[in-house]
Amino acid sequence: MLARMDVLDLSRWQFGITTVYHFLFVPLTIGLSILVAGWQTAWYRTKKPEYLRLTKFFGRLFLINFAMGVVTGIVQEFQFGMNWSDYSRFVGDVFGAPLAMEGLMAFFLESTFLGLWIFGWDKLPPKVHLATIWTAAIGTNISAYFILAANSWMQHPVGYTINNGRAELTDIWAVLTNPTTLVTFPHVIFGAFLTAAAFVLGVSAWFLLRKRETSLFRPAMRLGMAVALVSAAGVSFTGHWQAQLMTEQQPMKMAAAEALWEDEKAAGFSLFAVGDVENGRNHVNLQIPYGLSILATNTPDGEVEGINDIQKRYEAMYGPGDYVPAVGIAYWSFRLMIGFGMLAAGLALLGLWLTRKGRLPERPWLYRLAVLGIGLPFLANTMGWIFTEMGRQPWTVFGLMRTAAAVSPGVDVTSVAITLVGFTLVYAVLAVIEVRLLVKYIKLGAEEQPEAEPAAPALSY
Amino acid sequence: METFWFLLIAVLWTGYFVLEGFDFGVGILMPFVARGEAQRRTVVRTIGPVWDGNEVWLLVAGGATFAAFPEWYATLFSGFYLPLFLILLALILRGVALEYRNKSDSQKGWDRAFFWGSLGPAVLWGVAFANIAAGVPLDADHEYTGTLFTLLNPFALLGGLATLLLFAQHGAVFLALRTTGELRERARRIARVLGPLTVVAAAAFLVLLGSDKPAYWVITGVAAAALVASLLATVRGRDGWAFTGSALAIAALVAALFTALFPNVMPALDPANSLTITNAASSPYTLTVMTWVAVIFTPVVLVYQGWTYWVFRRRLTGA
Repeated sequence: MLARMDVLDLSRWQFGITTVYHFLFVPLTIGLSILVAGWQTAWYRTKKPEYLRLTKFFGRLFLINFAMGVVTGIVQEFQFGMNWSDYSRFVGDVFGAPLAMEGLMAFFLESTFLGLWIFGWDKLPPKVHLATIWTAAIGTNISAYFILAANSWMQHPVGYTINNGRAELTDIWAVLTNPTTLVTFPHVIFGAFLTAAAFVLGVSAWFLLRKRETSLFRPAMRLGMAVALVSAAGVSFTGHWQAQLMTEQQPMKMAAAEALWEDEKAAGFSLFAVGDVENGRNHVNLQIPYGLSILATNTPDGEVEGINDIQKRYEAMYGPGDYVPAVGIAYWSFRLMIGFGMLAAGLALLGLWLTRKGRLPERPWLYRLAVLGIGLPFLANTMGWIFTEMGRQPWTVFGLMRTAAAVSPGVDVTSVAITLVGFTLVYAVLAVIEVRLLVKYIKLGAEEQPEAEPAAPALSY
Repeated sequence: METFWFLLIAVLWTGYFVLEGFDFGVGILMPFVARGEAQRRTVVRTIGPVWDGNEVWLLVAGGATFAAFPEWYATLFSGFYLPLFLILLALILRGVALEYRNKSDSQKGWDRAFFWGSLGPAVLWGVAFANIAAGVPLDADHEYTGTLFTLLNPFALLGGLATLLLFAQHGAVFLALRTTGELRERARRIARVLGPLTVVAAAAFLVLLGSDKPAYWVITGVAAAALVASLLATVRGRDGWAFTGSALAIAALVAALFTALFPNVMPALDPANSLTITNAASSPYTLTVMTWVAVIFTPVVLVYQGWTYWVFRRRLTGA
């Protein structure tokens, strides 16, 4: 039993580490692919060289980031079978479908057409070459949709029946149009655009700080700010819908996010709480009055269920057990997600104001702040995933399968320890290399570079 | 329907090994064919535009197995835990090496990662498939009960040697096809040396595996004939035919393995515990849905991947 617990704990850490790491690269890929495609389109239309320079400059950074997303993505698909074989047996009939569709309909598109884009500058007609980056960009977005459909099924299973001791698919359309997917997808995509926008904003600010290529990077920075602001608004609206759906579908997660212990009408949105998890109450709780009720139900006096009451209800539904996730983690990851996102939006708004009508403020701290701001959406994305996955516990598939029952029974603790340490070390080293490479290529600037992949010299023969 | 999916998964693995097979081969042979940085760049560039698309065949094979045969996916991936971990590490390092080497100040470390990251999976996939075909210890819950060392038996190691040689030879004829001058000459010389060894290893592997199905022996014959033809074409300087031959040989090897397997997907040492296309399969509804997806999208993928190879069809002139 103890050994089994250890395999479970290590497998959860491994899933957490590899997934959070993978998702550092994914949102930047999703957002930046569209922005780069946009610049290339602008260049194609206007033939202004600035657009081409931006396309190539941010395109290089995009590719450095994309490579990491690709190689860490393979681990994601494999580890369901490796570490979670009982999960795979139970859900494969339903869960495998969106994964296979992602591969066939999205991965092939992005990988193949990105190869054409990188190496096709002088081989394809400009129009066709432009189409390759758009196809790859659209592929990454389709890919996100299928993965989120798969994840949403774990949050809110639909379109299935329990048969032969497993979940069997009865309605693929229900799985692909799961209401949870429909609100999660735009939330994640807006988050991805916020990430890419903050990246463009911060990188451009770095050039302005050094007064390098200002005529190029001032508009790029303003574009980053505008995209960041629009995306932040999108993230907020979709987040609000998600919260309402979550209150209905996973009330425990919402209650844990708010450290709301008892059912409450006209509930306030907690800003800061110190809780007593053992006894199910808070010592300190600073609130915005009616905030939670408005967020969750759209009415100031709507009733929101509390942790202790839901626990009793779930015991009656699912039998004895502990149905409360780690409240501290859910509470703080939820708050930090919102906080980091709002900071990024605030920074963009401030920047737009300060640079209005051709202004270019001299104060260097503004630009330094913008460079630091690159990290904010990454932190917000990470917190969001930690919240939604940890908040679902003890379930791996909500209401159907507990995480403890999902782990591979045949894999021993040594093996999991080896892979956990192995992946973590390799990922850590690669992170250092990746960041260094990004910094190197940022410093090189957007002047015409010798091609990253030069055509081999054809002199010798 | 289960049979169709068994065939489709065989096709996906075939696509993966035929395409990424030469990618692996190029990685393994780079230290032997390329002299100097300019030549190494040319070698990497032969697969630069396509390697990532080729690797997606693996992801789709994995995803399709998950969707169509969840029990197979669960048993295989949890049972072959450490070999798969090594394959994953190798693919990670190799992928990053391919994308970062030309962007970095020093190429040496990346080229080492490219070599080992190509060699490792080339051997390990052979080891894995030899074990799948020969059967492994499974209990009544279809859980793998052996250890890492159960998988490293002599027959499986022969399988690893066979795929290593096949991919290396495939990579050599691919390089010969895609380059000119010195690089092409060296690649052809290597293909001539590897050719006979590959025939022997692949034939020994398939004969030892054996099967009572006549089709199996026909396919084995095709594999051997294709390798011999590839060798003859190499000798005569017909690079296109040599490549066709080695591609056909790899496809025939995968076909032979899947023919031997059928109707099992993972035979157990105790036949009562074997995973078959029936007891490992998804529900008929899921298989129907996935069939539609596969029937519509596989041809589309083949068309645009084929177009990519057409775009990059010209030989690269190396320094």
